[in-house]
Amino acid sequence: MLKIGVFVCWCGSNIAATVDVKQVVEAVKLQQGVVFATDYQYMCSEAGQLIMRNAIEEYKLDGVVICSCSPRMHEATFRKNAERAGLNPFMVEIANIREHCSWIHKDVEEGTIKAIALANAAIAKVKLNAPLISGESGVTKRALVIGGGIAGIQTALDIAEAGFQVDIVEKSPTIGGNMAKLDKTFPTLDCSACILTPKMVDAAANPNIELLTYSEVEKVSGFVGNFKATIRKKARYINTDLCTGCGDCMSKCPSKKGKNEFNCGLNNRPAIYIPFAQAIPNVAVIDPVQCIKITKDKCGLCQTVCSAKAIDYKQQDEIIEREYGAIVAATGYKPIKLDKFDEYGYSQSKDVITSLELERLMNAAGPTGGKLVKPSDGSHPHTITFIQCVGSRDISGRGKCYCSKICCMYTAKHAMLIRDKYPDVNVNVFYIDVRTPGKNYDEFYRRAVEEYNVNYIKGQVGKVYESDGHLVLQASDLLNNEQILVNSDMVVLATAIEADESAKKVASMLTASIDTNNFLTEAHAKLRPVESPTAGIFLSGVCQGPKDIPETVSQASACAAKVIGLLSKAKLVTNPCVAHSDELLCNGCSNCANVCPYGAIGYETKLINDHGIRENRRVAVVNPALCQGCGACTVACPSGAMDLFGFSNSQIMAEVEAICKK
Amino acid sequence: MKKDMELANEVIRISGANPIRCMKCGKCSASCPSFNEMEYAPHKFVDMVVHGRIEELMESKSIFHCLSCFACVERCPRGVEPAKIVEAIRVVKQRQIGENYLDANDIPAIVDEQIPQQALVSAFRKFKK
Amino acid sequence: MQEVKDFKPTIVAFCCNWCSYAGADLAGSSRLSYPADVKIIRVPCSGRVNPMFILKAFERGADGVIICGCHPGDCHYSTGNYYTRRRLALLYSMLDYMGIERGRTRVEWVSAAEGVKFSTVMNKFVEDIRALGECVKLGDIRCKD
Repeated sequence: MLKIGVFVCWCGSNIAATVDVKQVVEAVKLQQGVVFATDYQYMCSEAGQLIMRNAIEEYKLDGVVICSCSPRMHEATFRKNAERAGLNPFMVEIANIREHCSWIHKDVEEGTIKAIALANAAIAKVKLNAPLISGESGVTKRALVIGGGIAGIQTALDIAEAGFQVDIVEKSPTIGGNMAKLDKTFPTLDCSACILTPKMVDAAANPNIELLTYSEVEKVSGFVGNFKATIRKKARYINTDLCTGCGDCMSKCPSKKGKNEFNCGLNNRPAIYIPFAQAIPNVAVIDPVQCIKITKDKCGLCQTVCSAKAIDYKQQDEIIEREYGAIVAATGYKPIKLDKFDEYGYSQSKDVITSLELERLMNAAGPTGGKLVKPSDGSHPHTITFIQCVGSRDISGRGKCYCSKICCMYTAKHAMLIRDKYPDVNVNVFYIDVRTPGKNYDEFYRRAVEEYNVNYIKGQVGKVYESDGHLVLQASDLLNNEQILVNSDMVVLATAIEADESAKKVASMLTASIDTNNFLTEAHAKLRPVESPTAGIFLSGVCQGPKDIPETVSQASACAAKVIGLLSKAKLVTNPCVAHSDELLCNGCSNCANVCPYGAIGYETKLINDHGIRENRRVAVVNPALCQGCGACTVACPSGAMDLFGFSNSQIMAEVEAICKK
Repeated sequence: MKKDMELANEVIRISGANPIRCMKCGKCSASCPSFNEMEYAPHKFVDMVVHGRIEELMESKSIFHCLSCFACVERCPRGVEPAKIVEAIRVVKQRQIGENYLDANDIPAIVDEQIPQQALVSAFRKFKK
Repeated sequence: MQEVKDFKPTIVAFCCNWCSYAGADLAGSSRLSYPADVKIIRVPCSGRVNPMFILKAFERGADGVIICGCHPGDCHYSTGNYYTRRRLALLYSMLDYMGIERGRTRVEWVSAAEGVKFSTVMNKFVEDIRALGECVKLGDIRCKD
């Protein structure tokens, strides 16, 4: 028979004013198993805690019920106290007779009856408590960052700075991501390359950072502190140790019809190429689909001109297996495809471009050397019209339901830069709303209007068509209640951004949750914004939702701080209130694994001895390091094999029974 | 006011459209081919329905100048479907009159040669899908 | 009428630890009263509430059962309350079949910041249960003392 002790707290007059504590003590003494019951003014005080410890020792209590304030307040205090007296901390239950009773009721009789009911429920529960022991697991002191854009670079630099090893896995041949393509950055208009490339160099030079470019993560297993990742390093056909990045091969390559990804396809590149001059690592890569040597075994020119003897047409993909303590997703974004927006004529006219393409057209390292010209004929444009919200805030199914967040600001930036460099060019902007919250952001937008005379028109564009060699926009001007026709030489579409196509695959590999827009979900929108609900997985940058550069960098550093916090721990203490499966009852149906948000449930084929019948069965096995103890699996389990420590079926049933007892 | 909202709710119910989703971007009016013929442009239309100003709309010739080309329905980013709302107001108007709005014999005199005939266009648009 | 007024229903409230239990705590610290008939059981997540618990409560003489969880999309465990919602929708039809009035079981989303909502919800629920009267359908006569 278990020996239970009950301690009723007065909480000064907070409880004692509406609950007759003496009566509660007398009532609980009648419960089976209660060998000791007392009341005290402040149970949480040192004197109160001493009473509890003494009683545990004197009466050899197996379980303790404290009738006091909310367990969210002092559960930890009383558990620690029980441990000091040699009782397992999980043998303590709290009956909340303050927040849930004395504070909300005025009638003493009513309050006392309810307090007794709550105490009895806690007694019923504690009788079924089992001593639980928090487990421990080690932490591999190395982090993996998936994605080498500004978010990934910043996170990796911060983690490396703290002295931990970091690997950046980037799927393209160079790190830098979308930011490397930008010309200038708002709201200060400093050049993107000038602020990004030093960070890229730092990342490459940092002894704690290893860059795995042109690589993809293929598989991730394990749990917080102990992940194992399989990474495929795609064949570059270049020995990166030998290549000096001289670029001789590029000029000799006869196959020059590849779309230059870095310039958004605005010009071509050879089959062997360095993505851009400041690429890190600054080594060439061969496009195996385009290269005639690899596809048809002809040519081989680049090998003959390469003085470093770096070219290796026989190179194979390399598989790397590494262990990590934490994983950061920094998969970034891309602009959406515009094939559903025919009214803007993006596919019909070369002079209709996206904003990212405009970045390349205005960039000194871009296809036109920074000279703004019409892509169709290379002439100087006289009017440029921007259209905002192309595909953003669209719930018709053509675009994205969310606001892409960065477009208002970069459109103002483009408009301003164009008016600054070419004062003869007229700039129109069609907007629905101009949203510029942020430090110095609205001032920036107002400068575009007030100092640079950019013509902002509230309204949307219905269609864009060509007429007499220029583009005509049919649009509404809502403030004047007019439909207007605007002639323009170029049209720039502020295209919505979406999560990179790799996000979905990465999320399912990491068992990190993802929303309907393929953005990774944070553990808590306000309080845990850089962690995934899956322990040990962290989110950096736009993979979590649209962000501009300052916000991305702050999030990246916050993410690094969380990773450092995790990696600095010698051991991880695991929450013992986790699910566990009864092998004898489990029928291996996978219902539990399907509802588990953490991927904590796996299956093993085990030799089961079921009442003398020995057979191999597929049974569920819970990984206690991953399980967060939500209990979703316990309800999904059709055979009742799954149960939760700390909140077991029988415990909750006992509470229900105690409460319903009249 | 109460009666106005009742009428508005009837229009919303008949149309099956959802004017409250409108974010006032003006895409409908930008796409509208008969904008200049209309007293109330499509975006104005949607706003008036939201505010229960149905009777004004019913008195306006605008509802019969809508070609039912459905350009606004196709392009609205919020799925508001303005043309369906216009259609619903026509229906309410016709129900109130209790008979045909027009005598068929009067039509030739008032048809605008520049504009496709609304009833025709409307018919094949509606039955296309 | 007098009878209805004196009737003290037994009401079991399952509250998830992260949102609704904290919401109930807030109702307490804001001194927002609701009838003492409501007794709260703490569960880690509303998704932990097995329909069996609800049936058990009715069997043992509860007159109403209310399940409170985080708002959809805000679940601490990301998806638990979605399962609750679907599960309870199914349970409703079973309770209908058993003849237990629909109003006796309810699901409500109460966040940790919604002390006022918690108290309003509980007041309303108790009022509704009082109107429905004692639940005798599933009551196990053997349990009666």
